[in-house]
Order: sequence, then C-alpha cells, then structure tokens
Amino acid sequence: MDANLVQEAIQNVNLSAIMPSLVLSGFGMVLLLVSVFSPRGKTTHVAWLSFIALIVTALVSLGSWNNPQAGFAGSVVLDNFATFFSMTCIIAAGLTILMSDGYLKREGYPVGEYYTLVLFTTAGAMWMASGTDLMTIFLGLEVLSVSLYVLAGFFRDQTRSNEAGLKYFFLGAFSTGFLLYGVALLYGVTGTTKIAGIAEYVQANPATTTNIMFVAGGLLLLTGFLFKVAAAPFHMWTPDVYQGAPTPITAFMSAGPKAAAFAAFIRVTIIGLDSMQADISAVFWILAVLTMTIGNFVALGQKDIKRMLAYSSISHAGYALVGLVAWNEIGLTGIMFYMLVYTFMNMGAFAVLVLIGKKGEENLTIDGVAGMGYKRPVLAIALSIFLFSLMGMPPTAGFAGKFYIFAGAVKAGYIWLAVLGVLNSAVSLYYYLKVMVSMYFKDAEEDFGWVSMNAATAISIVIAIVGVLVMGMVPGPFMEMAKLAGF
Amino acid sequence: MISVHHYLLLSAILFSIGTLGVLTRRNAIVIFMCIEVMLNSVNLTFIALSKHVGNMDGQVFVFFVMTVAAAEAAVGLALMIAFFKNKESIDVDDFNMLKW
Repeated sequence: MDANLVQEAIQNVNLSAIMPSLVLSGFGMVLLLVSVFSPRGKTTHVAWLSFIALIVTALVSLGSWNNPQAGFAGSVVLDNFATFFSMTCIIAAGLTILMSDGYLKREGYPVGEYYTLVLFTTAGAMWMASGTDLMTIFLGLEVLSVSLYVLAGFFRDQTRSNEAGLKYFFLGAFSTGFLLYGVALLYGVTGTTKIAGIAEYVQANPATTTNIMFVAGGLLLLTGFLFKVAAAPFHMWTPDVYQGAPTPITAFMSAGPKAAAFAAFIRVTIIGLDSMQADISAVFWILAVLTMTIGNFVALGQKDIKRMLAYSSISHAGYALVGLVAWNEIGLTGIMFYMLVYTFMNMGAFAVLVLIGKKGEENLTIDGVAGMGYKRPVLAIALSIFLFSLMGMPPTAGFAGKFYIFAGAVKAGYIWLAVLGVLNSAVSLYYYLKVMVSMYFKDAEEDFGWVSMNAATAISIVIAIVGVLVMGMVPGPFMEMAKLAGF
Repeated sequence: MISVHHYLLLSAILFSIGTLGVLTRRNAIVIFMCIEVMLNSVNLTFIALSKHVGNMDGQVFVFFVMTVAAAEAAVGLALMIAFFKNKESIDVDDFNMLKW
C-alpha cells in the first residue's frame, strides 16, 4: 500500500472529534467489569460511577463548544450543533440514572448492566448527533437502538416488559430496513453517503431532483427517521413500548434518543436534502398536523398515565416537526431549545411517577393518583409544574419552547400550521388537567404510605424543576446557545 | 449480459417480499427472517451500486450492515426467548398485554 495514503488516512482519523463518545464508551466497558465483580444485588456504586462518567463526558463535550473538530475523513463533526444535542442526551441519561437506583431495587432487578446500557445508548445518541455521513448516523442509530431494545425488555420475568422490548425490536429493525434502502438509493444516484457530498452532487446536477431513484431514496430515508421520532403515521409502536418499558427507560426514550434522532433528522434534511425543501415542507406540514392531532386526541381517552404521556410525547414530536416545516433559523433553534426543555419537563414528570408507583406499577392511572395533592403535597406540586410545562403554560419552559417553534412557523408564512398547533395545545389541556383534577379534587382512596422519598430520585426532580422554571423565565441565554449551535 | 438494473430489480423484489412478510406473518421468528431478507436486499443494492458508481463506499457499508444485523439478531432472539419463557408462544397475536 502507498505510504502516503496510509499517512493521510491516519491524519484523517482525529480522535478528538469523537472524544466524548469515546470517553463514555470506555467508562461503559469498565463499568461492565465493575458490575461483574460486584456482589449480587449491590448496584448503588455502579449507578454513581455511571453518573460520574456522564459528568466527565459532559465536561469533555463542553470543551469542544465553539471549537469544531472534524474527523474520520469528514464523516464525524463535533460542532456546536452536535455538542448541544449531546448535552441534551447527557442530561437525559443523568436524570435517568438518578431515578433508576431506587426504582430497580423496588422492582427487584438490581442489575449493574442496566447502567452500562444507558451509557452505551447515550454514546450512540452522541454519535448520531455528530454524524455527517449516513454511515456514521446509521451506526450511531443502531448502537442506540440495540441498547434500547434490551433496556425496554429489561424486566425479563414480566410479560409486559418482554412485549415492549419485542415490539420495539421488530418495528425498530423494520424501520431500519427502510432507512437503509433509502441510503442505498441515494448512494446509487450521488455516489456518496456523505450528507454534504449528496448536497454538492445535487447542486452540480439539478436534474437529480426529478430522478425517481433519488426521490424514492430521500422519502425512504425520511420514513426511517419519522419512525424513530414517532411521528404519525409511524407512531403505533410508541404507546405500547412506552407503557411496557421500565419507567425510567420510558422517560429516557422519550427525551434523549428522540433528541438524537431529531439531530440526525435535521442534519440530513436541512443539509443533504436541501434541494427537496419545497416538497419536504409540504409533506411535513401534513404529518406535523396529523402527529399533533392524533397524539392529543388519543391521549384524551387514556387511563394509564404512562400511556397518556406516551401519546403526549407523540404530539410533542408533532410540535417539533412544525419547526422543521418552517425550515428557518428560528424554527430550527426552536426545535433544539424545545428538545432541551422537553427533556427536563417530561423526565421530571416520569420521575414523580417512579416515586409514586407501587411494585408492578398497576396504580399509575388517573384514578390511582386521586387525593395525592393532600397526602403527598410536594410531589403533587412537582407533578403539576411538569404538567403545566407540558401544556405550555407560562412561566414554565414549555411555553417558551412552543412560542419559539410557532414563531418560526409564522415567520415562514405557515400561519395555519401555527394556529392548528396552538389549538392542539388547547386540546392537550384537557388530559393534563384531568390528572391534576384527580390529584386535588378527588378523595384519597389510599394513604400513599408506600411512597418512600429516595434521595437520588428527589435530586432528579429538583434538577428538572429548576430546569423547567429557569428556562421558562429566562429563555434568552439558552436560545442564544441554540442559535450558536445552529448551522 | 446482466446489468445493474437486474440487480436493482431483484433487490427491489426481495425488499418487497420482506416487507410483505413482516406485515402478514404471525410467527415472530418468520417476521425476523423477513426483516433479514429486507436488510440483505439492501446489501445487494449497495454492492450492485458500488460496482456501478465505481467506489468502495457501498461495499464498506455492507460490512457495517452485516455487523449490525448480527448484533440485532442476538438481542432479538434473546428477547423472543424471554417472551417464550413467560407465555409459551412466539405468535405475535399473543403480544396482547399492551393496547388501547
């Protein structure tokens, strides 16, 4: 082999471009060994070690803010965009780990591998956020998904959890097939899998946009992504998986991996498929409305709170899609800001559910929380704050997030889309308020005596409340960061 | 003479067979086999197009797809075994704990 070629290949590697995910995977592998050599049932130290791993990764990740690094011949870029989404995923993983220790002990599965899998999922998510080659994005997506399949089916003696894992696995693998077929067709037309390379090719050959193979490839690729972010009509797996998976994992799935999927989604559509902007916006207009409406209206009739929050997460994916339809700076920064906000508010709500659930979680229904406002006032207030934020009430962060996204849509001329989005938020009031009505205006049937305050979970709730309130009252600095992170 | 079109046609047919199989079959293992057919039809597309386009990217991609498919198979079969232990069935009609 040519010596110069080898030299060039080595120079191209640039490990600092993947340093955060490298550090995290390293920690993950060490922790696997630690949990093997730990006595059975003792996992608290593994939980704290994995939390430290996330803090170290966050520091490494923040080190590359405003200092973009490209590596592996331009297939990975650690720019502000990647760092912003990586931080969102790290925060989601951190909150998950905090609420998991007590939960796993209560449910009778104190197993150390759980934390390692959360770390690997996060590493995959970071890889996905920084991938600029469809190959890297695909690998990140799979590292993330395969770890999540295991985590969703983690309680292997519970049929519910098995079923959630299997459903997630089948639909995830199915959608991966579509995504890959799309990549293959795009590669056939443009001769490259690099996102920027695809855009360059189309710019040089404008006729490509009418090439049936290119259009089909683009659509298949987008279908794959829509599956991952749980947009209608590809959302059917979400409620089942979210309901059956362990609660902290449900919280994690709805925040971290979804943010990573949006990161790759945005990069691919805005950079790679820029030439198809008009068509994509037109299709996403319909899908955004469909996603919001289906999510909100089906959530109205739900009795199980976890399932209701699953439908609510579908509708929130719809709100985020509105920002993508707008295809302008404020819409995109709106999505980024919203993903960060959503991480805090949704994970906070799930953290409260983790605390008030009994073993097996049969009591997490609307009727199950009746009277909680008087028996457990602090937790009820916390849950109310998160629900207010999910509704989009000022002064919580949910309001600021929705405001920016809809402002982006209005600025791009999609007035009706913004109107439909706001109407949808109004519909969502009903089912969020139903939980609060049950908590405050119904007589308690139970004394909630089983709820034991767990320090780590309490910390995660406090962090989430601080996040929701601070980002709601002073959204400026966070929006500035998201703006810096945009393209 | 077999051209790239023949390969693309074959892989499109395989992909459709896989997709239809996933949608119509009821046995979890058969569904999983259909997903593998889909992934392998993608591999065939990549290899044919790699030859057609004239660079190696597509063939490298195939290696990654195969690796990932192997990892997915390990996890998927493990999940099926766990489900079978509890329910004595791998029929997807028995995935009925979670609904509306």
